[in-house]
Amino acid sequence: MHPVVKLVSQRLALGLILLIAASVLIFMGTLILPGDVAQSILGQSATPEALANLREELGLNEPAILRYFDWLFGALQGDLGTALTNGQDIATSIGRRLGNTLFLAFWAAVISVPLAIFLGLLAVRYRDRWPDKLISAVTLASISIPEFLIGYLLIYFVAVQLGWFSSVAMINDSMSLLEKLNAIALPVAVLTLVVLAHMMRMTRAAILNVMQSAYIETAELKGLSTFKVIARHAFPNAIAPIVNVVMLNLAYLVVGVVVIEVVFVYPGMGQYLVDHVSKRDVPVVQACGLIFAAVYIVLNMIADIVAILSNPRLRHPK
Amino acid sequence: MKDQLDFMTQSVTSGKMTRREFMGKTAALGISAAVAGSMFARAAEAAGPVKGGTLKLGSIGGGSTDSLDPAVAASQVPYHNLYQFGENLVNVTPEGGIENRVAESVEASADAKTWTFKIRKGVEFHNGKPVTAEDVMRTMERHSNEDSKSGALGIMRGIESMKADGDNFIVELTTPNADLPYLMADYHLMIQPDGGFDNPAAGIGSGAYMLEANEPGVRHMWKKNPNYWDDTRGHVDEVEIVVINDATARMAALQSGQVHIVNRVEPKVAGLLDRAPNLTVRNAAGPGHYVFIMHCDTAPFDNNELRLALKYAINREEMVDKVLRGYGSVGNDMPVNAAYPLFDDSIPQRPFDPAKAAEHYKKSGHDGSPITLRVSDVAFPGALDAAQLFQQSANAAGIPLELKREPGDGYWSEVWNAQPFCASYWGGRPVQDQMYSTAYLSTADWNDTRFKREDFDKLLFAARGELDEAKRKALYSQMGMMVRDEGGLICPMFNDFIEATSSKVQGWVVDSTGDTMAGKWSHKCWLA
Repeated sequence: MHPVVKLVSQRLALGLILLIAASVLIFMGTLILPGDVAQSILGQSATPEALANLREELGLNEPAILRYFDWLFGALQGDLGTALTNGQDIATSIGRRLGNTLFLAFWAAVISVPLAIFLGLLAVRYRDRWPDKLISAVTLASISIPEFLIGYLLIYFVAVQLGWFSSVAMINDSMSLLEKLNAIALPVAVLTLVVLAHMMRMTRAAILNVMQSAYIETAELKGLSTFKVIARHAFPNAIAPIVNVVMLNLAYLVVGVVVIEVVFVYPGMGQYLVDHVSKRDVPVVQACGLIFAAVYIVLNMIADIVAILSNPRLRHPK
Repeated sequence: MKDQLDFMTQSVTSGKMTRREFMGKTAALGISAAVAGSMFARAAEAAGPVKGGTLKLGSIGGGSTDSLDPAVAASQVPYHNLYQFGENLVNVTPEGGIENRVAESVEASADAKTWTFKIRKGVEFHNGKPVTAEDVMRTMERHSNEDSKSGALGIMRGIESMKADGDNFIVELTTPNADLPYLMADYHLMIQPDGGFDNPAAGIGSGAYMLEANEPGVRHMWKKNPNYWDDTRGHVDEVEIVVINDATARMAALQSGQVHIVNRVEPKVAGLLDRAPNLTVRNAAGPGHYVFIMHCDTAPFDNNELRLALKYAINREEMVDKVLRGYGSVGNDMPVNAAYPLFDDSIPQRPFDPAKAAEHYKKSGHDGSPITLRVSDVAFPGALDAAQLFQQSANAAGIPLELKREPGDGYWSEVWNAQPFCASYWGGRPVQDQMYSTAYLSTADWNDTRFKREDFDKLLFAARGELDEAKRKALYSQMGMMVRDEGGLICPMFNDFIEATSSKVQGWVVDSTGDTMAGKWSHKCWLA
């Protein structure tokens, strides 16, 4: 078998095993949490009878292992079931939420990834001179401030004082694309600031690393311009680590933005998951957990495949 | 002075003067805030409600797990949703009286055991079907039958039988209860077609607004019900409830004009918000109270001397100042205050008295080991701060109080009503009977202080069947004293409901019976 195909299929198998393991862990995690979904729904107004009746209705009296396999086989057939708390169809709710999350992540990525790579290249080009230092200082400052604080600062100055954008980034189907983009402007700005530094620094470090190589010296001795050396000779060889960090940040944009969703009241997956965890709504937590795990696994897989493809020794085995 | 007042009310009527200006100017004339408030309301009312527009509420307490089923509504957003589409038999008025809604009249037999609710003609559900006594009965059945998961199950227990007789819905009680209409005003008991047995979460009722979009945890849109029977209610075309759980985001949404009303304004920002132009902070003294509860049947709290020691060792004034920033009033170790009808305000206020606390502590014979108080900020906002203040004032009286910080997650199942001494919150009830039967009757489900006293139960039942108000008031007073001096409740403060609105919101009514005009903001307010 071609080593590339072999590696990819190994990755896929590993991914599936990881997914199943994640679902078991998530399920066990929700069992350890104090209280159950019935208790959480009724809260302080729970009488023992109402609790018993609700537990019966939700099937919580069945053994945990049975509930887990029920859910797993449903999920394998594409049926995620209904939320225990409000009876809404999980697939429909997640579909809408996931769409929103991907929408936000997409625009944050479209802005931050090219910007980060461009700034990284720029930093290498003007290494140790003021543009390099300025870029590093600004991006490091933005990654060091907690994201909620950046969010609140933007809300206060840009939304409340200047009134340019709305502080509530709530989008719905009846809005046009332009209205939606206007609504998500502030969270996209925060996310861009948060992920920029990591990708920029990695790009800079990876290219600088390659720049130490002998063939770069050759290229320089050939008399190529600094920019050409970086763009044509150094960058292609630094792709693997850059793609890795880009994928890691893309994964963060999808699964790690709960704080931003809360601050900007954005209807994405993070808030949806948190709501259901606090209500112990296991089927929904499972479904969200699996989707999040899948996002990580798939993006990491892509990073690996790109690394494999950009490696001539694997592409052309002896 | 009369001329000035006339001029000012005219300015209000013509929309030239805001509520705050009016209050400021009348205060300068020496008119009390309560009088001025009602004068303003009358003047604004005189201008008449404006029809149309979309009224938006930014509310805490919503999640993607929310349902429109009235039986399981427990937090603010579901509560507000119920008031959009649903309607009770009767409502409690801001003054604490009873107002007929789906019921046209309410009559009790002389012994207060049989109650007849005549159903109003011409009231229609959103699906076009008329509201019948049968629907009312089915609704009550759903909340009281044996498989009910309803939050109202506890209050439906005293019912012997129910029947629908023509236009009348008739309730027979096991024991007399002069307050039955107040129970029927509970927000869970929205009348639904066939009682909501087939599809309780459909959002169909007989209320002023009809479901347009339902996105739990995000927003809920309601549009005006064109067939609503009461023309004096429901002025706007659309109502939008936006879920904003984060306090800072909620205030920012109001300031940037994205919502017109926000609830749960934190006391620490209320003063700042009120200074902002075009915003008004609305606070109403309510029946909600922030408490520390002790189990009367668990050592060391089974000793009344120790309970008294702790009650004298708490500095109530300081808590109202520092935790509520003045948006509230001191409590008196009983769960009721002046927000209740028939409250006896001659009961003396218990002061902070370290010397007396030390004396009772000594008498209790406690061994001097630390007393553990469990606390989390989910108990009430500022609970940790309040507990620390309590710890300091108790230590000053020589009582060693130890704080144990509990995780907020699972607090209501693992700590509250389970541990012998913890911080908690009660939202209050419309009448004293309901408050006491919910938490102080020996057999109550939520007797979170384990206060079990036969003599107290007897007083409660006697007051429930007593139709003579003076006699009832005396009985309630006696019960209050019993809880105050022998109960397990330490009630340092009653919190105000604090909301804030943009100046576009007109028709606001100070309503101490519940959060955000007791849920009636969309019924009574309009957009100027």
